[in-house]
Parts: sequence; C-alpha cells; structure tokens
Amino acid sequence: MDQISVSNVSKIYKTGDVDTTALDNVSFSVKKGEFVAIMGPSGSGKSTLMHILGALDTPTSGTYILDGEQVGKLSKDKLAEIRNRKIGFVFQAFNLLPRTTALKNVELPMTYAGVDKDERIKRAEELLKEVGLGDRMDHTSNQLSGGQMQRVAIARALSMNPAIILADEPTGNISSAQSDEIMHIFQNLQKQGHTIVMITHEPSVARWAERVIHIKDGKIEKEEGNGKGRKK
Amino acid sequence: MNFSELIASSFEALKLNKVRTALAGLGIVIGIGAVIALVSLGQATQQSVQNSIEGLGANLITIIPGSQATAGGVQGGFGTSETLTLDDANAIASANFPSISQVSPELSRRAQVTAGKNNTNTSIIGVTPTYPAVHNVTMDSGTFITASDVASNREVAVLGPTVVSDLFGTGVDPTGQSIRINKIPFTVIGVTVSKGGTGFGNQDDTVFIPITTAQKTVFGVNYISDISLSASSSNDMTQAENDAGYLLLRLHKISNPQSADFSMVSQSDILSTASSVTGTFTALLAGIAAISLLVGGIGIMNIMLVTVIERTREIGLRKALGAKDNTVIQQFLIESIILTIGGGVVGMILGIILSYIISTAISLPFTISLTSIALAIGVSGGIGILFGWYPAKKAADLSPIEALRYE
Repeated sequence: MDQISVSNVSKIYKTGDVDTTALDNVSFSVKKGEFVAIMGPSGSGKSTLMHILGALDTPTSGTYILDGEQVGKLSKDKLAEIRNRKIGFVFQAFNLLPRTTALKNVELPMTYAGVDKDERIKRAEELLKEVGLGDRMDHTSNQLSGGQMQRVAIARALSMNPAIILADEPTGNISSAQSDEIMHIFQNLQKQGHTIVMITHEPSVARWAERVIHIKDGKIEKEEGNGKGRKK
Repeated sequence: MNFSELIASSFEALKLNKVRTALAGLGIVIGIGAVIALVSLGQATQQSVQNSIEGLGANLITIIPGSQATAGGVQGGFGTSETLTLDDANAIASANFPSISQVSPELSRRAQVTAGKNNTNTSIIGVTPTYPAVHNVTMDSGTFITASDVASNREVAVLGPTVVSDLFGTGVDPTGQSIRINKIPFTVIGVTVSKGGTGFGNQDDTVFIPITTAQKTVFGVNYISDISLSASSSNDMTQAENDAGYLLLRLHKISNPQSADFSMVSQSDILSTASSVTGTFTALLAGIAAISLLVGGIGIMNIMLVTVIERTREIGLRKALGAKDNTVIQQFLIESIILTIGGGVVGMILGIILSYIISTAISLPFTISLTSIALAIGVSGGIGILFGWYPAKKAADLSPIEALRYE
C-alpha cells in the first residue's frame, strides 16, 4: 500500500508578472515502511517538495495523498491537524524550544493534540529512552550536544506515531561521528515499520536510504535503488 | 492544549526574560497606580468638601436680598440690596409652615473689634436665638444670645474661638470680659465650639451679637443681610422654598416670581455645585492618569511585538508541529493579559499605599472604592487584550515555512 502518492504535482510561485516553476509535474510514490531519500542540488525544488510533503504548503496543481487522505486545498487549521497527526518533522537546525527540557519538547505535539498530561509524560519518557537519552530527560536544549538535540527532535517526531517521518538534512548541523548515530536511529525506525522520507544533498547520507529520488530543476531526474540500504 | 496548560506555558515564557517582563509590566503598574491614587484622592476631596458644606447646617436654605437677574440684566452684588427685613423673617416664623423648622434672620458685616490693646477685623453677625439650631453651632462655655437679649437690644457678644485667641490669647475664658465693636462696649457671654475653618470662610472667626443691637446700635441700618431656614427634613427642601418664597412675594407685593427682589440658595444647590466641581476635578485627574495607562498599554504592545519577532522560529515550529492559528493567538494574548493583570494588581496595591500616605499627610479622609479596584483589574485585563491582539495576530499569521527559515 502506498503511504505517499504524489501525482502530477506542480508548484508555481508568482512574483509580480513572473512565474517561477519550482516543481514541474512531479509524480512518485512511497510504500509503507520504506526509507526514501530525495536528493538534489540547491534550487532543484527539493525544499518546495518537502514543504508540500510536510503539509506546510499546498501544490498549485496535482494531487498529494498521504496515508489515504488527500492533502490538497485544505484550510490552515486542517493542515495544522494533518501536520500534527500524520507527519513527524526532523529539521536540520533541530528547532527545539529554547531553554526547555527535552521531556517538554517531546511532549509538545501531544499537547496540541490534547493528549492527557500523564499519558504525555509516559510516552515522552519512553521515546527519550528509545533514542538513548533516558538520563537527560530534564536537560534543557542548550545543555545538549547537536547529536543529542537531534535525538530529542526524533523522539518528538515519533510522539504522535505519525504516518511518515520527514527529515530535512537531519545531519547537516552535526559532526560526522554523531551523524552516523542519527542515521542508525533512522535505520532502526525503518526496521520497526516507520516510513521515512529524507531530504539531503549529501550522497554519503543518501546512501542509508533504500531508494534515492534525484530531483533537478523541479523535475525528477532519476530514481535508483540502494539495494537494502547501507548495512550496519 | 487546555486552558490551564496554556496559562502555565505563558508563565514559563514570561519567566524566560524576567527583566523584560518586569519592565513591560512597569508601565501598567504606574498607570493603574496613578489612576487608583488620583481617583481616591479626588473622592476624598469630594467627601471633605461635602462634609464641610453639610457642617454649615442641616437642610439649610438661605434667602438673600436681590434678584438673580434683574430686568435690565444687571445683577447686584451678593447681599448688597436692602430688601429683606426682620419683619420678613418674623412673618415666615409666625406662619408656622410644617416644612420649615427654624428661621434665623442674620445681619453680617465686618467690623473692628478691640479688647484692651488687642484688636482684630472680623465678621460680626447679628443673630436671634435660632441661629445655633440652624447652623449647628454649639457652645464651648457660657450661653448664646437669648430672646430677651434681642428684645432688649443688649450689648452682649458670643465669640468664635479664633476671635478669642486673637483678642485674649489661647486657653483664656473671656466670659464676662469686655470688648468693643466699632468702639461700642460689649460684654462677652459665651464662646462657641470650633467648627474648623474650611471652604466657605472661617466660621470660627466670628462675633455673634443680638440682631437688634447690630441693626440699631452698631451699623445703624433697618434691613438684614439674609434669612437662613432649616427645612424640617431633606424631603421638605422644595416645599420650604416654595412656602417661604411665596410668602415673601406676597409681603413684598410682587406678583411675578421672575421679578422677585430676593433669591434662595439651598444647601443642596451648593452641594451639587460643589460636587460637580470636585467631580470634574476627579475626572480630570483620572484622565491624566488614564493617559499614562494608555502609554503603558502601548509599551506592552511594543514588547509583545519584539517578542513575536524574536520568537519567529519558535512560532514556526509550533505551527509545524500542529498548533492552529487560534492556539498561537491564545498563547500570546494570555501572555499579554498575565502581564497587564499582574501589573494591574501591583499598581493597585501601590496606588492604595500612595493614596493612604498622601491623604494622611494632608489629613483628608482615606477612601478606596471597590469600584476603582474592580475597574483597575478590568481595565488592565482589557488593555492586555487590546494591545496584545495585534502582536498575537501577527504571530498567528506568520507562514510556518517563512518562520522556520527565519534567522
């Protein structure tokens, strides 16, 4: 079953009289449990694609179906709900709440979903243990290293048990040693059945995915399999 | 996110930058403090003026000679006409109107008073025995002017406490001593209790003599300067004015009340004039204080706008993680409301302390009305909503993509 189905999606930005085509008739699909990397140089349209996949933006034309739900022309509130329930974001710059504990950061999406406080804390503790931060739950974000912050962000992305995890250059701000640890975590998540879409421009990072979609000038240039992804 | 969690998270956000939070709240503290202090001082002044007017006598109506507006549009000065006589006062008294309990004819002038080597220029009032009942005058020692003093034109005088200290020094009982008014010798028969000098001239700086003596012996006139009436109750004020007024019109053979040769001023007229003056004064003070409150509100808006810009990335993140526009608006609104209500409560306490200190220092009655407290809290909350709305809306309108990219 396709977790993500993108068909004929275009995104055109209008600035004055000039139309800029950021995405030109893009179609692809991602199966449940797949780990897909989207690669491309800057200006290729991969950020625009990520915004559409993340329900942060809507396509000018074409359809995007996520987990059986059409994410087209929805209201801002409906898009917020989809982001909350179906998408787990992992950003390049971590984007944790400043001076806030790891535990509170992981709880955040659950508070917006209205999850009961006790349940929230229990789930956040479980997730932080899972990413290896069981002993740092009460550390605030500025007391953590880059790799640790990204692990908090991953725990946060998992908190609502989303349909996909959307990672945007997840290792871009982390030292290479720690970046391998992060990629291991993603690989483990895939083994547990999570669907992962990762945007990157680094071939060494893209190698961890099962399948790589190359994008250039707003179009899909080629798709290639990585076998079963890079072995441990 | 439920309401109590929103409040808790707003408190946390405000705690992150304590100095800024305190400075932002300071504007409201000063504004609310100023409103409370100035309004309560205004009300205290109002109360004090009211007390001293009521001290002039209960349910007092004063009839003065001269019309309020003559046919030619020229109005004589207060008490300069000579249209009222002792007979007018006696006629009102003997009519026994149920609405009027006391009638006190008075002739007041200023004159030089001497006792030995001391002398003073003071107000001489020719009175009848009804004067103390009408004007709330009580005796400290001796007796007041009696009916037989009036009937026999006696040269006896009752002194106010200020006159006593001017002529005899403090702590001296002058009863039995002799004084001279316009060189005519009088015997002092009593001293009145101090009423405190406020507002309408010092009532303690007065010498009372029989009205007949004043007319014939001292000033050589046959008119009186005013008639004071005591209405039977505050509800009888209008009736008393009508009864006395129409009687005087008949006596003076005037058919048109418009051309009456006397006018009437009731204590309630004076009270309402005075309270409208002090009310305007209070409103003026409150208005000035309200400006500082407005400036405080703009300060809050300013800080909240800075906060929104500073937290652009955080807002973008919250929206990416599923915060709806309304949730973001609520979060920022609650932060500004906490700020203003917090400032309002501190300002209120400050204002109460301030008005207590000032009213004690200038010996005014200390009053704090519940209304002004409720108003302070309500207004500061309202300012939080009013001036928090724009920054909150601005935060909610941020595009999550732009906000996440913001450096």
